[in-house]
Amino acid sequence: MASGLHESSFANPVVRWIDQRMPIFTMIQKEYGTFPTPRNFNYFWNFGALAMINLVIMIATGVFLAMNYAAHTSLAFESVERIMRDVNYGWLIRYVHMNGASMFFIVVYIHIWRGLYYGSYKAPRELLWMLGVVIFILMMATAFMGYVLPWGQMSFWGATVITNLFSAIPLVGDSIVTLLWGGFSVDNPTLNRFFSLHYLLPFVIVGVVFLHVAALHITGSNNPLGIDPKGPQDTVPFHPYYTAKDSVGMIVYFIVFAFLVFFVPNYLGHPDNYIPANPLSTPAHIVPEWYFLPFYAILRAVPNKLGGVLMMFGAIAILFVLPWLDRSPVRSMRFRPIAKWLMLLWSANFLVLMWAGGRPAEGTYVLIARLCTAYYFAYFLVILPLLSKVERPLPLPESISRAVLRGGGPLRGAAAAKPMEKA
Amino acid sequence: MMPFRTLPMRGLKAAAVAAAVSLGLLAAPGARAQEHEIKIPDTRYSFDGLFGTYDRGELQRGFQVYKEVCAACHAMHLLSYRNLRDIGLSDAEVRAVAQSYQIQDGPNDNGEMFERPGRPSDRFRRPFPNDAAARAANNGALPPDLSVITKARVGGADYIHALLTGYEETPPPGITIMEGMHYNKYFPGHQIAMPPPLTGEGQVQYGDSTKATPDQMARDVAAFLTWAAEPELETRRTMGVRIILFLVILGGLTYAVKRKIWARAGGDHVS
Amino acid sequence: MADTLAPSSSPSTGGAHGPEQGTKRDFLKLVTGSFAVIGVGAIAWPFIASMNPAKDVLALASTDVDLSHIAEGQAVTVMWRGKPVFVRHRTPQEIEQARSVEVSSLRDPEADAARVQKAPWLIVVGVCTHLGCVPLGQKPTDPRGDYGGWFCPCHGSEYDTSGRIRRGPAPLNLVVPEYAFTSDTQIRIG
Repeated sequence: MASGLHESSFANPVVRWIDQRMPIFTMIQKEYGTFPTPRNFNYFWNFGALAMINLVIMIATGVFLAMNYAAHTSLAFESVERIMRDVNYGWLIRYVHMNGASMFFIVVYIHIWRGLYYGSYKAPRELLWMLGVVIFILMMATAFMGYVLPWGQMSFWGATVITNLFSAIPLVGDSIVTLLWGGFSVDNPTLNRFFSLHYLLPFVIVGVVFLHVAALHITGSNNPLGIDPKGPQDTVPFHPYYTAKDSVGMIVYFIVFAFLVFFVPNYLGHPDNYIPANPLSTPAHIVPEWYFLPFYAILRAVPNKLGGVLMMFGAIAILFVLPWLDRSPVRSMRFRPIAKWLMLLWSANFLVLMWAGGRPAEGTYVLIARLCTAYYFAYFLVILPLLSKVERPLPLPESISRAVLRGGGPLRGAAAAKPMEKA
Repeated sequence: MMPFRTLPMRGLKAAAVAAAVSLGLLAAPGARAQEHEIKIPDTRYSFDGLFGTYDRGELQRGFQVYKEVCAACHAMHLLSYRNLRDIGLSDAEVRAVAQSYQIQDGPNDNGEMFERPGRPSDRFRRPFPNDAAARAANNGALPPDLSVITKARVGGADYIHALLTGYEETPPPGITIMEGMHYNKYFPGHQIAMPPPLTGEGQVQYGDSTKATPDQMARDVAAFLTWAAEPELETRRTMGVRIILFLVILGGLTYAVKRKIWARAGGDHVS
Repeated sequence: MADTLAPSSSPSTGGAHGPEQGTKRDFLKLVTGSFAVIGVGAIAWPFIASMNPAKDVLALASTDVDLSHIAEGQAVTVMWRGKPVFVRHRTPQEIEQARSVEVSSLRDPEADAARVQKAPWLIVVGVCTHLGCVPLGQKPTDPRGDYGGWFCPCHGSEYDTSGRIRRGPAPLNLVVPEYAFTSDTQIRIG
């Protein structure tokens, strides 16, 4: 072999020729083929792959929508309706993109939930977790700007309200808002820059996803037991085991997605967004898209403008420091008898916040939102640090294979350990 | 083998989370619907449910009501005459409908705008040249464009039907109606600027044997407006059935493949 | 990507589970794979189709032209599907010139009679068949080339009074669009 060439183990001459010069096939083989993966994933571990697929779907449909969309206040609404009516399969592409945003958040929320429940944020995966939070923030920014593009009433007023959040910043707030708008109200310059950024950010997300996966492949995946694999008997190669398992999850995900798109495409949207934007009249109840509702509830729970904005952003930012708030050495909630229930309560609490965010900000709704906001933060700031000290975890299993194959299953993993090490 | 024994537990847990998330989703739009305290009566349509389709006769009657009643004030700017082929008009009929309208075109060689008979490719003619003119002619109220009205109102076709039949000449005691306004049971705030549009039987002459009662006309025009807002509805549903069937089969196959593969590792055991 | 530091860094464990066994799974895999391929193909189609002309574009595919204002010897250019269409009211000499040519001697042999519906009216798409430029010759002051029709300034193709290619790199005659006389003085193109 000539010097400077990568040593390739592929038989196919074309693949081999490329691989010697740029070992991309070796990399794929290593990271997605033989990559040793804990053998005990449950279906919650599908959601990372699903999020990746969802991102691809959003970019593909988005690129094709952009071929027909006109980013101008006088044309945007009509151009979207033209896509729905005149462009071949335009309605399909648009509904997939529109509901794809909702699907993306469902998938990512479950993915985050899994991380919280099984302690995937703990050492050594802190950076992996933080990159995930960055992706989440980028996603929210992208979704928000995308929702503005059809230029309906909710687009316009959502953009107005959310950009006005920045006016809460002392001294420079108003200047920042003017800068965001490119004018003195949400108008054509705003729409144009939102379109530009909405097209850009998904590719930034792709970049951070790449880092997220790179970090994952250094530390390896967590698993439902939260204990590290101790040897080959605890793992299986990613392919075909998890490619197959992810495919099953993917089809189920597609079925849910298809049901939304084909049968209730506007269910998760808001009727007011089919009214063209009118800067002179605000709709009676403006609510953000469902996936922002928990954070919207936190915003409204605080009776102070700056305080509300800080709490809302704080609710997300707190995730960055979570690995250092929860010092318990046990990852999986399965072995944390107290934390488990408080974590599940936190999950329910999140859903209640989502519900409260969709209600008018008055009376008991505000009270409920305040209690839930308090618990949201208390879980991270008080409960987890405290439990790290006082909670006595259940005994951890000796190894993944022991826990998994106990009771009746053939102990093939353990038996096969020796020959595998030779292979 | 193990897979079956452990499957239900895992399935349950995943299902529980999925259900919790869906509940959250259900809560959101549900909450919004309740904000309109007014209960909108349910009207039965052929396109109701997940598999309903449009009734072409009803759509054509609805178009007639729109054309002869609503179109005096309400535009449907997103529709073109050619779209009427979808509700069962022939090419010749579409052309005849289009030609019955004078559409502004131009400028001509002398730089002047001129009017010509409509063509199928023209958009529905607007009753007013602009919003200001529409307001001026309607006591300051702007008759909304009806192109996507059923998607833009909570309740959709049911709401349109309710609104059109919800007028009452004498408002309930304690409610004073402002000058130029009308009492309507189903309009948010109950005061609507639009005078009752469907006043009596036989206001339009239906081509088929249907009796043109106000209720019938309201129902027909609501159906027509639903079609106008969602012309893709039938294609969408047919395609959806096929795609979901396909996915269910593919899902079964994929699951079988997955189980075969995992059998090699002693089964997909999840602790 | 850097080396994995995962606790279990042994190479593939797949081999330990033996070679692929049985034909049942292979068949199952084949069927599943074929289904998946069909699925992917079906996903691709709407995207491709969405790039074809939309319904509103197709609906505008016909243009009406009033011929009564075009005097003999004059020509007008109208837009049809975003392209110029040349409508020329030919003089008897021009018709004669077009008809006297030996058809078989032409690069793209076509009789003048086959290119017009009424002899005085020549209607052709004004796009050079070489690389898509718009030839000159509509205005009286334009160069028309040696054959009295049109001259393409891009690469020097010359067309005769029937819009046929006579000299230069263009391979084909100017295209005659589909059109019909809706009355004596009206045509509809498309």
